[in-house]
Amino acid sequence: MFKIVAKEKLTPVIDCLKVEAPALSRKARAGQFVIIRVDEVGERIPLTLADWDAKEGTITLVAMQVGTSTKKLGALKAGDNLQNLVGPLGLPSDIEKFGTVICVGGGVGIAPIYPIARALREAGNKVISIIGARNKDLLFWEDRMKKVSDELIVTTDDGSYARKGLVTEPLKEKLDAGKIDRVIAIGPAVMMKFCSLTTKPYNVPTIVSLNSIMVDGTGMCGCCRISVGGVTKFACVDGPDFDGHQVDWNIAFDRQKVYLKEEKDSLDKWESCQCGKS
Amino acid sequence: MEDKPKSKINLNRVDMPRQDPLVRAHNYNEVALGYSDDMARQESTRCIQCPKRPCVAGCPVNVDIPEFIKAVRDNNMPEAVKILKSKNALPAICGRVCPQETQCEQVCSLGKKGAPIAIGRLERYVADWDLGHKESASPTQVPPPTGKKVAIIGSGPAGLTCAADLAKLGHKVTMFEALHTAGGVLMYGIPEFRLPKKVVQAEVDYVKSLGVDVQLDSVMGKLATVDELLTTGYDAVFLGTGAGLPMFMDIPGENLNGVYSANEYLTRVNLMKAYLFPEYDTPIKIGKRVAVIGGGNVAMDSARCALRLGADKVYIVYRRSRAEMPARHEEAENAEEEGIIFKLLTNPKQIIGDDKGWVKGMECYEMELGEPDSSGRRRPVTKQGSEFIMDVDVVVVALGTTPNPLIPATTKGLEITKRGTVVADEQSGKTVKDRVWAGGDVVTGAATVISAMGAGKRAAASIHAFLTGQ
Ligand SMILES: Cc1cc2nc3c(=O)[nH]c(=O)nc-3n(C[C@H](O)[C@H](O)[C@H](O)COP(=O)(O)OP(=O)(O)OC[C@H]3O[C@@H](n4cnc5c(N)ncnc54)[C@H](O)[C@@H]3O)c2cc1C
Ligand SMILES: Cc1cc2nc3c(=O)[nH]c(=O)nc-3n(C[C@H](O)[C@H](O)[C@H](O)COP(=O)(O)OP(=O)(O)OC[C@H]3O[C@@H](n4cnc5c(N)ncnc54)[C@H](O)[C@@H]3O)c2cc1C
Ligand code: FES
Repeated sequence: MFKIVAKEKLTPVIDCLKVEAPALSRKARAGQFVIIRVDEVGERIPLTLADWDAKEGTITLVAMQVGTSTKKLGALKAGDNLQNLVGPLGLPSDIEKFGTVICVGGGVGIAPIYPIARALREAGNKVISIIGARNKDLLFWEDRMKKVSDELIVTTDDGSYARKGLVTEPLKEKLDAGKIDRVIAIGPAVMMKFCSLTTKPYNVPTIVSLNSIMVDGTGMCGCCRISVGGVTKFACVDGPDFDGHQVDWNIAFDRQKVYLKEEKDSLDKWESCQCGKS
Repeated sequence: MEDKPKSKINLNRVDMPRQDPLVRAHNYNEVALGYSDDMARQESTRCIQCPKRPCVAGCPVNVDIPEFIKAVRDNNMPEAVKILKSKNALPAICGRVCPQETQCEQVCSLGKKGAPIAIGRLERYVADWDLGHKESASPTQVPPPTGKKVAIIGSGPAGLTCAADLAKLGHKVTMFEALHTAGGVLMYGIPEFRLPKKVVQAEVDYVKSLGVDVQLDSVMGKLATVDELLTTGYDAVFLGTGAGLPMFMDIPGENLNGVYSANEYLTRVNLMKAYLFPEYDTPIKIGKRVAVIGGGNVAMDSARCALRLGADKVYIVYRRSRAEMPARHEEAENAEEEGIIFKLLTNPKQIIGDDKGWVKGMECYEMELGEPDSSGRRRPVTKQGSEFIMDVDVVVVALGTTPNPLIPATTKGLEITKRGTVVADEQSGKTVKDRVWAGGDVVTGAATVISAMGAGKRAAASIHAFLTGQ
């Protein structure tokens, strides 16, 4: 059992949890993830390490409520326990001095981009960050991102806060404006695809963090497989970071939809149970 | 023995009752129901207690088979348990899944007459009696602590056996397991209807009762490396990490929705209990027509799970003929009885998808058998122009597994073969790296429960000798 020491709602549908995990917190590196199970009947779901504190022995997870597991997670309070927590999994992001890098975080992707931006800045890069959300209510960690970026651009799809538009627009402007050595984009798969398409004509190396469906997270099942440059890879052990220009996005999109029907059935069941309780 | 008086030899092997095939094809209860007391006694009296004891040598861990059978015959069950458990820490498991037909029973003196003693069934009977009489058993005496610490990585049969033996010798053992449940393939691979999970957990509990500290959710190589364990207080490390990496065929269409590795399919069903979805949160795609590619135990298990999930038609697609199939005879027979259709001498060419990325069929070749290959089996050869399409919506690839490279990649100084297995001495399990032993599937490649246990046992003896300076 892993104790939740603090919990906060970042937006109505995004939860931030600080969880006790001393050994894990000492090993965590930017770009890695964990797999959790909320309760005994729970699914194993991957969540990126959004932050960690080796001294305190804790890690921080940020999860958006999209289905049964993330809603169950959202219903937990400080003092409750996670049934299981395993990690750190996946390869850490490449952190070195590239020069000028752009970190793009879309939606809940702002959380995983944060430790990467921080590490890149610490490695001596000039970090330009672009974060975006559908609207003002879904935006979070602007302050944190500001601290680790040389320049921060914020967008909302509907213009309810900061600049109106998609993250790809300022991304293109920055690519036009001067030499960019690397782009890291994390967010919904469509966003990562369009960021990759945006950078392609400029030939700027572009890293995306794929969020395939996973089970074990250790290379044992192949559930997370994707195609990169025509070769099948397992996102959990070969990634989750991959070259966005090489990813076969159609396969990535299709494979995320395997359980659409079952996910809905599961959520309906859980929500009807919750109604019964209150 | 053959000149023994005929009247003494009873060739009527006692059958074990099994659930009716048409009923069991729709439930997850155990297929084989086990002997009753009468059946066990009757079968035990068939053993002629021959002096040559070929069965003992046929057993990879040399269980004193005639002795435990005699104890059953004499109705001295505690004695039978003691004899069995002194060599085999996990008899309830072995009695269910060991390929006795190629081990102890194959060399049984009565085997020549076509009716070997049903050693596996008797073993299971004794082990189940033991599980049902736990309160009467005296707890295993553990000697005073030696002060030595051993880390075991992986909690499959190799790790469990090694841990139990070392704990019984007084060493402090910590067993690290990547998954959220201990037991390895016994928990995530072999299905409930063949090996009930409460049987496995009872064995895990026994190992814990010896003082072994089981650390779940611990992916070694990530959470801590082997070298870190060796520098933070562990005197020795045993690698029992199995062969858990799935192989695919590299044919077009393998990344379509509805294509599973057997590992994923079985893990979803067994470990995550997808057959109880939505009561359990993990889903699985229940195909109407499922093709399972392969001819081993893993393929049989996947096919039988598909049937129980509710598929209308389930096919085993295997490129050789029935005679070359590596699955246990009993399991292939069980599968066939339940209604699984065997498409033999058939090999997939590609998996065909619809416009939404889902499997809608599989194109296959017909095969014929040619000259024997390096494995001694006749090589399957493609019949040109024989392509045909199977109408299926789920495909499970059960073509075998290789060891996970995580530990080799993060450990300095191990010797690794081209197949990804860790090189270790067969007798002692010692690797070329100081203070590191290995055994089970990680050394041999995918093999059997009993061979993994045997390796765990030998490694424990070698580690003990090292720790005590012998
Ligand atoms: C390496 C990795 C890191 C991740 N990090 C985070 C994170 O830090 N924060 C966060 O909120 N989410 C993260 N995700 C996604 C998260 O795992 C899923 O949102 C979660 O599994 C959904 O589970 P559920 O039961 O709540 O929803 P489900 O009912 O399973 O799914 C609901 C909806 O979410 C979509 N979905 C399902 N699984 C995934 C998935 N793996 N990725 C994206 N969409 C999915 C489905 O298509 C469906 O529409 C990560 C995924 C991966 C692979
Ligand atoms: C579906 C199926 C059916 C089978 N049927 C039979 C049968 O009927 N009879 C028979 O004799 N054999 C059968 N086998 C084979 C048998 O199960 C294996 O040979 C045996 O389990 C090997 O034991 P092991 O201890 O070496 O490894 P495993 O049982 O594979 O256990 C290894 C454990 O190590 C863990 N691990 C791996 N890497 C790490 C790490 N880095 N850190 C921490 N933990 C780690 C894994 O999660 C796993 O739990 C079957 C196998 C399968 C897959
Ligand atoms: S999640 Fe199982 S192999 Fe990646």
